[in-house]
Formats: sequence, C-alpha cells, structure tokens
Amino acid sequence: MTLEPYDTLDCDVLVIGAGGAGMRAAIAAAEAGCSVAVVTKSLLGKAHTVMAEGGIAAGLANVDARDSWEVHFADTMLGGQLLNNWRMVELYAHEVIDRVYELERWGGLFDRTDDGRIMQRAFGAHSWKRLCHVGDRTGLELIRTLQDKLVHTPRAEVHMEYALTSLIKSGDRVCGAMGYRRSDGRFVAFRCGAVVLATGGWGRMYRETSNSWEGTGDGAAMAYEAGAELLDMEFVQFHPTGMVWPPGARGILVTEAVRGEGGLLYNAEGKRFMLEYDPVKKELSSRDVVARSIYEEVKAGRGTPHGGAYLDVRHLGAEQVRKKLPSMVEQFHALASVDITREPMEVGPTIHYTMGGVRVEAETGAATVPGLYAGGEVAGGLHGANRLGGNSLGDILVFGKRTGEAAAEYARTRGTKRHIDERLVAAEQAALLRPLDGSDDGASAGENPYKLHEELQAAMQDDAGIGRSEESLQRALAAILELRERSMRMHVGGGRPLNPGWHTCRDVTNMLTISESIVRSAIERRESRGSQWRFDHLEQDAELGTVNMVTRRDGATMRVERVPIDPLPDRLRPLLQRSRFYDAAKLPKGYLTAAAARAGAAS
Amino acid sequence: MDGLTGSAVTLRVLKGTPASGTQEVEYAVPMVTGMVVLDAIHYVQHNLDTDLACRWNCKAAKCGSCSAEVNGHPVLMCKTRIEDLASGPVTVHPLKTFPLVKDLVTDVSRNYEVNREIPPFTHAPDDTGPWRIQQVDIDRLYEYRRCIECFLCQDVCHVLRSHNYADRFYGPRFFVRVAGLEMHPKDVLDRTDQTREEGGLGYCNITKCCTEVCPEHIHITDNAIIPLKERVADRRWDPVRFIGRELLRRPASPAAEATPALPDPAKPPRNRGDWDEAALTNVDITELVKQQIRTRTRPWEK
Repeated sequence: MTLEPYDTLDCDVLVIGAGGAGMRAAIAAAEAGCSVAVVTKSLLGKAHTVMAEGGIAAGLANVDARDSWEVHFADTMLGGQLLNNWRMVELYAHEVIDRVYELERWGGLFDRTDDGRIMQRAFGAHSWKRLCHVGDRTGLELIRTLQDKLVHTPRAEVHMEYALTSLIKSGDRVCGAMGYRRSDGRFVAFRCGAVVLATGGWGRMYRETSNSWEGTGDGAAMAYEAGAELLDMEFVQFHPTGMVWPPGARGILVTEAVRGEGGLLYNAEGKRFMLEYDPVKKELSSRDVVARSIYEEVKAGRGTPHGGAYLDVRHLGAEQVRKKLPSMVEQFHALASVDITREPMEVGPTIHYTMGGVRVEAETGAATVPGLYAGGEVAGGLHGANRLGGNSLGDILVFGKRTGEAAAEYARTRGTKRHIDERLVAAEQAALLRPLDGSDDGASAGENPYKLHEELQAAMQDDAGIGRSEESLQRALAAILELRERSMRMHVGGGRPLNPGWHTCRDVTNMLTISESIVRSAIERRESRGSQWRFDHLEQDAELGTVNMVTRRDGATMRVERVPIDPLPDRLRPLLQRSRFYDAAKLPKGYLTAAAARAGAAS
Repeated sequence: MDGLTGSAVTLRVLKGTPASGTQEVEYAVPMVTGMVVLDAIHYVQHNLDTDLACRWNCKAAKCGSCSAEVNGHPVLMCKTRIEDLASGPVTVHPLKTFPLVKDLVTDVSRNYEVNREIPPFTHAPDDTGPWRIQQVDIDRLYEYRRCIECFLCQDVCHVLRSHNYADRFYGPRFFVRVAGLEMHPKDVLDRTDQTREEGGLGYCNITKCCTEVCPEHIHITDNAIIPLKERVADRRWDPVRFIGRELLRRPASPAAEATPALPDPAKPPRNRGDWDEAALTNVDITELVKQQIRTRTRPWEK
C-alpha cells in the first residue's frame, strides 16, 4: 500500500468540532495549560449551535422563585422518561447556572427582567420560566461569545475546513486523528495526548431535517470504528414545528420559543387539539408528545393544506411578535411570503436532535476507549428518551467544559504522544481515495454518493421516522445493508480540492453506520417511550424502562445489547416530586418498582 | 421533490480556480415552488456536477455561509428565491472582494485575522456579576450581535472591493463588532484609537452600501460606523482636548487624522511605519500583512 506524504500537527488536546461544545472544551483545555487544536469542517462560527433559538435552561429563579436546580433536575429526568444518566443530569442542573453567568462575563447578552437581571421564558415541560435567552437568537449569541473568547485564548489554535475521518489508536488508546484539508485535499494527521469529540448530532440521514450538511454523525461513527460504545441510539428527536411549505423550506426549524411566548396550535378545523392530547401542559408539552399529536391530527385528515398544523401568534400583537420573535418574522417573510403577525404559520415535525450518542462517564465525558472524550450532542445519556428544549445549549456549556478539563488532565498525566502507525494512515488514505480512482470505467460504473444519500434519507424517513414498527424497521435495515454494499462502489469525478461529491462519499459511509445503529436499537426497544413510538408496541414495557441500548462493534458486526441503568439513589429520588408535572401514576411503568427492586436485590 | 412547476431555470455559475481560470457554466434546473438559489445549486451538485464547490450550512439564513453574487447582487443564496428574480438566466458568482479558492468558495481568512486584532470583551476585574443591566442597553447591543458574519458588507464596501485596502481597513463587519463592544455597559476597554489608526475608520465615506446588503438589516452605517466616527471626532477634534494634546506634544500620525482622499489603487500602498518599503514593490501585500499581524504582540495575551 502506498503512503502519500501528509502533514503532521502536534498538540496536547485535539478537539474535533467547533460548535458550542467544542469551543467550550477547547477554552477549558487551553486554560488548563494544554496546547489545543480545534478542527472544524466549516468556517468558525457557522456550527449548528447557531440554529438554537429558544435559550439556555438554567434554574436561576430570576423570574419564578419556585425554580431551582432540583426542579430542573426533576423536569429533565421526567422529560427523558427516567432513562437519563442521573449523575449527568445532576451535574448539569447544578452547573448550568454558573455557565450562564460565565457566558455573561465573557460578553454574552441576555434579555433582562425589569430589575435588570437575566430574563427567563417558559418552555415545553419545564415547570417554571427557565430559559435564559436573547430574542430568538440565543445560539448565535452563544457561538459568537465563545468564538470571541476562543480566538483570544492563548495556546488554542483553530483549523478551519478540515475533515477528520478516522481516529488513530496506539494499542488501546486514542492518540490522534487523520483526515484531509478540504481546500486542497492534502492529507493531515493530528498527534495528541487526548481527543475530544464535539461533532454534534446526526439528522442528515432523514429527509425532513433541520440539520445542516454537517450533521452526518462523523464523531459517533469514528468513535464506533475505534471501538467506543454508543448509547440510546434509537432516540431521535422530532421537533414538532418545522416549516412545511414551500418545499424548499420544508424542515426548517420554527423555534419552540413561538409556543413559549404564547403561540397556539390549531388543526384545519380550527380546534386547539393540544387541549386533548395534554390538558396540563397543552402547547408546551414535551416535544415527543407535541410532534406525535400533530402527526396524529394530519393522519386523521385534519391537517393543513400542506400536511401540518397551524401555529398562531396573532393574538400576541404585532409589536410583541416582532420584538420577541424577530428571526421567525424574517424567516417566514423571506422564505414563505407569510407575515406571521397577520397569518398563522403552517408547521409539522422535523428531525431536530439526537438524544443518543457516545457512551460516556458522567463526570469526565470519557468514552469507553482510553484517551477519547465526547461532549455535547455527540455524547449520549443526559437527555434519556427525549430532550427538553433549552437543555442542549446548557449541555454544551457544562459538558464542554468538563470534557475539556478531563482531556487536558489525561493528556498531561497519561497521554504521552505516541508514534503513528503509518500502515493505518496508508489504509485510510486508500479508503478515502477509492471513489476518486480512475480505475473503473467512468461515472456510469460507480454509484453517485448523493443518490445513495437520497435513498438512505427515504428509507430512514419512511421506515425509521417518527412512528416505527418491526416490519418498517426491518425494511429500513435491509435498505441500509444494501446501500452499504453499493457504497463500496461510490465514484465521483473531479479532483481533491473542495470537491463536495468526494466529501459526501465519506459522509454517506458515516451515516450508514449511524443509521444501522439507530435501526438496530429501535428494533430492540419493543415499546413506545419518549421519542421512540412503536405502532406495534404502543405501551411502555416495565423491563425496558430500566435498560439502555448499547451499540458496540464486534469485528465487522454491529451488536446492540441491553445494559441496566443504575438505580436513582435515595438522595435524588425525592427530588422528582419537585417537578410541577410529577404524577406518580404517570411515571414510566415499572421504573420505580423495578429500580427499587433491583437496588434491593443488589444490597 | 413535490412542488415541481414543470418549468426550468437556467443557472450560470462561475466555475474554476485561479490556476485553471474561471468561466460561466450553464445548468438547467427544474423549477420547484419556493425554490431558493441554494436549492438550485444543490440540484446541480446532486444531479449534474458533483464537483461544484460552494459553502453552506444552516440553509435558514442564520449562519451566513452561502454568500454569493446572484445576478450581480451580494446575497445569501439560502434566502434568495428564484421566483423573486428577474426572468431569464440566473448568474451565480463568488464574492468578488475575496481571493477565489474554487468555484463559489473564496478565501475569507482575513476577516478572522481582523477579529483577532480587536481586543475582546473585558469587564473590570472586580466587577464579576451577576450583573444588573437594563433591557434598553440589551436592545441597543442586540442589533450589533445579530450579525451572522456573511461578509456581504465586506464584499460590497468599495474601500475593500475597489481599493483593496484589506491591509488598513477593518471593514463594516468589524466596525459593527467594535461598536458592540464599545457600547457594552460592562466593557472597560477603549478601542477608539485602534479603530481609527489600525482599523482605518476614516476611509469610510458613508456610502451606506453595507447597510443596503445586510441580510440582518443592521443599520451598519447609522448605528455602528457613525457613532464610532463621532467618538473619534470627539477624541481628536474636541478643542479642549486638542489644546491639551498640543501642550503635551503627544506625537500623532498626521496621515490618519482626517478622512484621506483615496489613492489610486494602481499605485503601491503607502508606508505603514516599520514596513520594509523595498519589499512592498514585488510581494503579495496580503501575505505581508498577514505576516505582520501574526508576529505582532497581543497585549491581552500574557
């Protein structure tokens, strides 16, 4: 195998991904004294974090004195159907308060209360007004603040428009990553003491998605290939409100802040259907419930002309709408010629977030492979079966910092730089170059990566989407395996500099791996819980309420296994009742009894 | 995709690299209701030319990646609907002000260097919050913070576009940045002199082209540049301060004081203090500036 010359860059900590989690991790690692390389597929500041609109959930209790970290803990656990890693939730609810004030000290803006403190707004399934926000652009504010902090942090260097495709291991340890520079296609390898994955989620394998092109699951796929375990992959969040018309705008997110500010949902008959599906939380029920409700209404023939529901803010008054939801006004005006102060919006579910991800240790974000850390959306565990709005921006700050610090500590104490095995590099180079090889007789003989991507999107959307069954999931699995076969024959023309077709080849490979994990985990979870909705198993299953699905690689075979969840300890169990939405009768079936029984049996 | 209208739109996209040369390539794209230019580019990539390079991310006008010149106008491709354009072929060119890399992708790295040059938000060491700030202050700052860094204002600004003064002029985006920092009630630094001297604020002669193209509708000229110019005027031209300065005989750089007449772009750039004059004649000026900036010390980095 031939080895093409490549650039080698050294650092203590390599951070892959420059969204909120990656930047926060990089700042933490650099402040801990490490040299840090931050690598992003795009330009700095363009990451998907900018799409987060609603705010950061944190129990500051500025607006409602009844709020606290304990209530936030309870809401998050109940929203996640108690499948969450409770230790992560505990750390999160505690620390997100400090992270919000820290962001403010770094120059971030938040809307204010009358007495000048940070304003908080209501959001789905949060007991009290909790989301710290600035207009409906909180994600952009967070990105810009971290970006400014990062570029002025000594020892941190940003590498823009690099694609890293594979982790490098030495023995059982991760000690680097390799890939190529997008601008000229030159191969690169980063040699480091520890790697932080902060590559975000994966929504691009679905057709109707609010994700950008970057959401292809590179980080999780790389971690899986390196032997790390993935957790809860069946849980994919459909945001209830995406645009449904015009076709070009389908899937673009309509922030939950619209409902947080008082927006109401109606079906085509003018009925506020959420009063029926969730009489307590109504429009501000958790996302899984609202998304399913809209889906049911459309299926029952009560949908809007383009297959959605009406979201109406007219009663709030034009001035309030323009002040609190400026980017929604702009978005509907520019893309759909709809003035939302005068007409209702048409909305329907769109893929938004992935609760599952790399299985990590709560305190450090350490993956199950030494030297590898994961923080933010790429990591699993915090959100359980369903994420509450506002918990992702908090997630990336809290666990960005924690993973950055832990990786720095590892790099300093144990992560001595290793020699890179050049056979691995040569093999990766060969795999990357295969679609560009002139050896086959032109494009007709090869598969177009974009076409494979479209076929994968169709399979996932139709058969592994918001509603699933054994039959549909088996169909999706068969399609994925067939596409995997065909992906070996992908072929694109052109050279290596900035060739999007060539870049897509790797994306497709990663998405196939992740899709397979989603489908296999969804097959294994024979129940409906959180975002997993099985038409053939509409009830919750007591036993399944006490386990996570874990995906791991066994040679070339993917295995999905049940792993028991640690029972909620006695100090945290009473906190659940602090949630305004606590209802012992409605706790996921079997959770408390099964967990208590297991705890009893263990002691 | 549903929503096909049965008609087609002709796209003329500038393709190529500085090495290979560039030319317009024509593509016929089936028209879909509500289609934006970025959708058409994606159709080309998926079906006609997998090698066509363009930047994009969110496709919702929130990240500012897909800037291009469509029918000669600097716009975000994700926000520009084809049915809103004049009938006939649609030309899509890369941003002209920045060096071309390939097809619709340009080298915007200079913008990131300027951002590093601007001292970050800094609060007083003993004032660490939690702070009380009034909403009226947030409302004013929020306008500057809406910027999505699409760099369309940089593209259209004649000081950068026609006169190629990237080496001595920050550009509208970064005056917005500075204004957002300067007017933050908790920021304690003063960036006025830097903005005038290194940022070349005086070169802006308020033609408002930047405001015109801003997809976020930031009043760049009125609310960022003019207030900064007023601060400079106050600092430099207030009679009491002027006399005080004369008495103290603080040396000032005369060239930067007034809005200078713009020199002929064909002529070599003027001397900037410690630069090697002889080296300026035959080198890529942008590279030289980059080098200068890389080696310059940053006071906020200890």
